[in-house]
Amino acid sequence: MSGLAGIDPIAVAAALIVASTPILLAAIGELVAERAGVLNLGVEGMMILGAVVGFAAAVATGDVWLGLLAAAAGGAALAALFALLVLGLLANQVATGLALTMFGLGLSALIGQGYIGVRPPPAGRLDLPGLTDLPVAGRLLFAHDVLVYAGLALVAGVWAFLRYTRAGLILRAVGESHDAAHALGFGVRRVRAAAVVFGGACAGLGGAHLSLVRVPQWTEGMTAGAGWIALALVVFASWRPWRVLLGAWLFGGIAVLQLNLQAAGVKIPVEYLAMSPYVVTIVVLVIISADRTRAALNAPAALGRPFHAAG
Amino acid sequence: MTAGPPLLEVEGITKAYPGVVANAGVSFAIRHGAVHALLGENGAGKSTLVKIIYGLVRPDAGRMRLAGAPYAPASPAAARAAGVAMVFQHFSLFEALTVAENVALGMERPPPMRRLTARIRAVSGAYGLPLDPDRPVADLSAGERQRVEIVRCLLQEPRLLIMDEPTSVLTPQEVEILFGTLRRIAAEGTSILYISHKLEEIILLCESATILRGGKVVAGCDPRQRAARELAEMMVGRLIAPAARAAAPGGAPVLEVAGLSLPPAGPHGRALREVGLTVAAGEILGIGGVAGNGQDELLAALSGERRAAAAAVRLDGRPIGALGPAARRAAGLCAAPEERLGHAAAPDMTLTENALLTGAVRERLVRRGMIDWRAARAFAARVVAAFDVRTPGTEVPARALSGGNLQKFVIGREILQRPRALVVNQPTWGVDAAAAATIRQALIDLAAGGAAVVVISQDLDELLELAHRFAALNEGRLSAARPVEGLTLREIGLMLGGAHGMQAARPEAGRLAHDPA
Repeated sequence: MSGLAGIDPIAVAAALIVASTPILLAAIGELVAERAGVLNLGVEGMMILGAVVGFAAAVATGDVWLGLLAAAAGGAALAALFALLVLGLLANQVATGLALTMFGLGLSALIGQGYIGVRPPPAGRLDLPGLTDLPVAGRLLFAHDVLVYAGLALVAGVWAFLRYTRAGLILRAVGESHDAAHALGFGVRRVRAAAVVFGGACAGLGGAHLSLVRVPQWTEGMTAGAGWIALALVVFASWRPWRVLLGAWLFGGIAVLQLNLQAAGVKIPVEYLAMSPYVVTIVVLVIISADRTRAALNAPAALGRPFHAAG
Repeated sequence: MTAGPPLLEVEGITKAYPGVVANAGVSFAIRHGAVHALLGENGAGKSTLVKIIYGLVRPDAGRMRLAGAPYAPASPAAARAAGVAMVFQHFSLFEALTVAENVALGMERPPPMRRLTARIRAVSGAYGLPLDPDRPVADLSAGERQRVEIVRCLLQEPRLLIMDEPTSVLTPQEVEILFGTLRRIAAEGTSILYISHKLEEIILLCESATILRGGKVVAGCDPRQRAARELAEMMVGRLIAPAARAAAPGGAPVLEVAGLSLPPAGPHGRALREVGLTVAAGEILGIGGVAGNGQDELLAALSGERRAAAAAVRLDGRPIGALGPAARRAAGLCAAPEERLGHAAAPDMTLTENALLTGAVRERLVRRGMIDWRAARAFAARVVAAFDVRTPGTEVPARALSGGNLQKFVIGREILQRPRALVVNQPTWGVDAAAAATIRQALIDLAAGGAAVVVISQDLDELLELAHRFAALNEGRLSAARPVEGLTLREIGLMLGGAHGMQAARPEAGRLAHDPA
């Protein structure tokens, strides 16, 4: 195992933080939607639409910021379509979410036809004189792109929102029991639509991080399952924001490790590492469901259930 | 009770749904500080009327005035802002959230959590409704959940408090204390609109009553001046003969349960602990208990949905505890669970298909794996005819039947299979009085024919009317059965677990509830 010696732990850690950002963004958005009781399986579709829309907007305007804005708007628009179908027309959430992924993949390929091989404007990185130059902490903490920090801020923000604000309490209440929330006079559909659209915007940003920062270029199907990992991540985290961050680093770490191990010549088939996030998620699911008395307390009780306002 | 204009005036409220007029020109008034009863059978339009007053449903016609001012709430929030609060029949609580969070959700402008927590402690203590604000609601009993709702309402200092069938989940002791609390609230000037179909309660508590039948007001009266039978006749519109119970039999034991213990099935389930009972041929055993004390679990253990040690359940001496529901039916033990739609019957399947689902074995509706549809239809038709199930035919989905009619069907389906022993849970829950009388008489007749019958119910009056012996479920334990003859309500209450820690309201309660801090 001499190959492992060639891996620089700080470089791996720094790469891990970057690699985890797209799934972190998408997962924290999906977490909000699921805490409101909506299961949106279209994360992959919203991510890739965000990736291509953000890329196109950045190329057209030459401004990465406008690109990110467009990516969020693109993801949000697709999520709004989902909200209309599922909340307005009471379509089946699972089927609609799957369709949304297919639709997003197809639409992004169509939009992206003219952008293959194009270089986007460069994304800025944090550069704080003094701090960024610090030996270890500088590379780990102060040398990333804006979205990395935005992702961390979002986790903290969502956590505080759900825990401390009245709006967050109402959102959790809607996800726990839409009938009770309706009886108290809360707008179940409005709350859920807002949560879904927020989730879409986050997924769009996650996609844009791939196409504008990490790769950076546009290729068809470039999210390559990141949306599904994000979905698994929410369950893995048992619907808690900080655990999403932990899980994103874990899953992101696996991806980085995969590249490094290959570069270092360790003979583990790529497929094992590629499937490991899902295996880990299944193991976690089994563990949290094993205790029957606690299992149902983790998931929002009304998750995936359609709401018909009576009377 | 102060003079002057009434607190709430309802005038000519009309609300129609496709195919049914829920309210037709309903008018009545509630005085300040009065406890006013809204009385009626299921389907009489009580719920719709209350939803209109609470802003959940908008009426087609009619007006309301609150303290003399026009009142037309567009939402529950508007109703709360006007001073109308409501305790729901099916609790509007969120299991995963804490007591304090649940209270905060029901308030327009809740104070910061720490202050709210302190106020919940103060008010709940003062009114004899002890609560720990930091506990998740999932851990609370039904009675405690109701306390959460009441405290949530009291903290809003309402002018009108609506209580929708509040006593269905309480023991008699808890009911007594609740009434003390309600009288105290009324004495402080808050009017109470009390919805119920339990006549004794209304006679005890209310000073005026409006009786609804078929969506119309049929009478307004002072219930304290009336006998329960008079009120019942006004409510139903005709005489109801009480079910005639046969004398206690001395038959051989048919159904025997001994040392039956089961862990809880889900996160909010109950464990059964060392349950034992014996029911003789021709006997009806009534099992009472506050909701959530193991009724569903007991039914599942007896029906075979959950299996136990073979010797834990015996039918005519034969151990059947390890058998599943179909095998137990074949042996002669039938069961009808509480939830009609989704447990006793598959909502989207027809009556014939539903009859087939439990009748296949005993009625031989399946031959060599093939369904005998003609026999199945004939069996369903027999149930419909014998139990006066109002339905266009046997080929309509179970969902299309009203609660009472479907209940008659699912009970009748088991009775017509001529079981050796029958276990039913809440056989007349949410069923109108006429259908309830039919079902009770059928259970009595079944026992008179030599079957052993176990009736699990939260309706004590029903158990006292039907059962020869009475046992109580409390926290998954079953008390020893006692002959119903000579049992007092007070004794039953103690068997059910007493007051579950409730205490009478203290005199300074009002001051605390209205303390602006």
